[in-house]
Amino acid sequence: MAGDGPSFAKLALPHLDAAYNLARWLLRDPVAAEDVVQDAMLRGLTYFASFRGTNPRAWLLQIVRNAAHDWLAASARAREVPLVIRHDEDDIAVNEPADPSDDPETALSRRQDRAALAMALAALPVELRECLVLRELEEMSYRDIAQVTGVPVGTVMSRLWRARRALVRRTELPA
Amino acid sequence: MTASPCADRVLLIQAELDGELDAAGSAALQTHLEGCAGCRAVQADLRALSAGLRREAPRHPAPERLRTALAAHLEPPPRPALRVVRHPALAFGAGAALAAGVAAGVALAVLPVPPATLDDQAVADHIRALQPGHLTDVESSDRHMVRPWFDGRIDYAPPVRDFAAAGFPLIGGRLDYLGGRPVAALVYRRDRHLIDLYVWPATGEAAPVPRTRNGYAVVGWRAGGMAFLAVSDLEAAQLLAFARLWEGGA
Repeated sequence: MAGDGPSFAKLALPHLDAAYNLARWLLRDPVAAEDVVQDAMLRGLTYFASFRGTNPRAWLLQIVRNAAHDWLAASARAREVPLVIRHDEDDIAVNEPADPSDDPETALSRRQDRAALAMALAALPVELRECLVLRELEEMSYRDIAQVTGVPVGTVMSRLWRARRALVRRTELPA
Repeated sequence: MTASPCADRVLLIQAELDGELDAAGSAALQTHLEGCAGCRAVQADLRALSAGLRREAPRHPAPERLRTALAAHLEPPPRPALRVVRHPALAFGAGAALAAGVAAGVALAVLPVPPATLDDQAVADHIRALQPGHLTDVESSDRHMVRPWFDGRIDYAPPVRDFAAAGFPLIGGRLDYLGGRPVAALVYRRDRHLIDLYVWPATGEAAPVPRTRNGYAVVGWRAGGMAFLAVSDLEAAQLLAFARLWEGGA
């Protein structure tokens, strides 16, 4: 691995946060996400010899995405995970900075808005959720999202639209 | 969405928001939007949703133990202190594994570093950053996302400004290693050229001074309690113009 070209570790580890974030949003379970990322990294190491692309991030996320879908397919939990996401709520509460200008009521309502949006995203069907996470949180192009999710660009566009339409309806965003 | 949009335009509105529409398409859409309240409402909804998600949906960072385990597994360390992972707090780890194995941060910190060497290091960092996957740890044109990213990764808050209007858009940031310490590197683009701007705390004021190193333009200056060092394959005059933008007030 300490060869002349960039090693797999050098290529892949800078994208570890993106890999974990995707797995976390797909699986909605921090422990499973860790397992899947580890599994995906080992798969990546195996496939690395045949990697000829120029976009290691999309390549790695494609492996993570496939590993996550394998996990979902293999696990009965895929259909049973409740829509109330306990871990994500915890994160939201912890990460919420106290804004001194907010009175307690405003702060509470902001926290609820935030939780509502994150939970609405978590509740989307997985094929819509993955497109929106890759686009909004990872800021990927349609082409790269198509590569990661293994569907044509046109499908990415329609899935993004369906995902967004669902969230706009749920969260009553101000115009 | 109360007003009803044109069914055949919604994907175009979305593509424009996602930066996937070419100039001609954007112009045509703009013309349509001016006369169509339903489509304007959709555009506003999508924008608000996008901003809301970016602001409020948590982006989960990988747990440190996963990073450590993977780094150990994937990259068996002949010299453990050097072969650590790049990110987050140890970005200088992989940085230090650069050319000919610069003998660890310790050596850099102990040896007196003459000012000229800092330029050379900055150019070496810049060249290394151009390799795939090394350019940015945080990719964003939004300075309000780039600046907080450095919180907790370095012990100072680098000023982050976007000069997209002047043709130097901000594209992200990363941690790098310069002069024996981790420093903030802001990444800007000028046409097809990239600019790395290294920023660290320093006293005094100094006007921008351009020079070249190995064919790369380097401009250093000091202002507002910070030292700045810009490196690029741009022409020196253009890089100097970039440096001067920073003098135009915060």
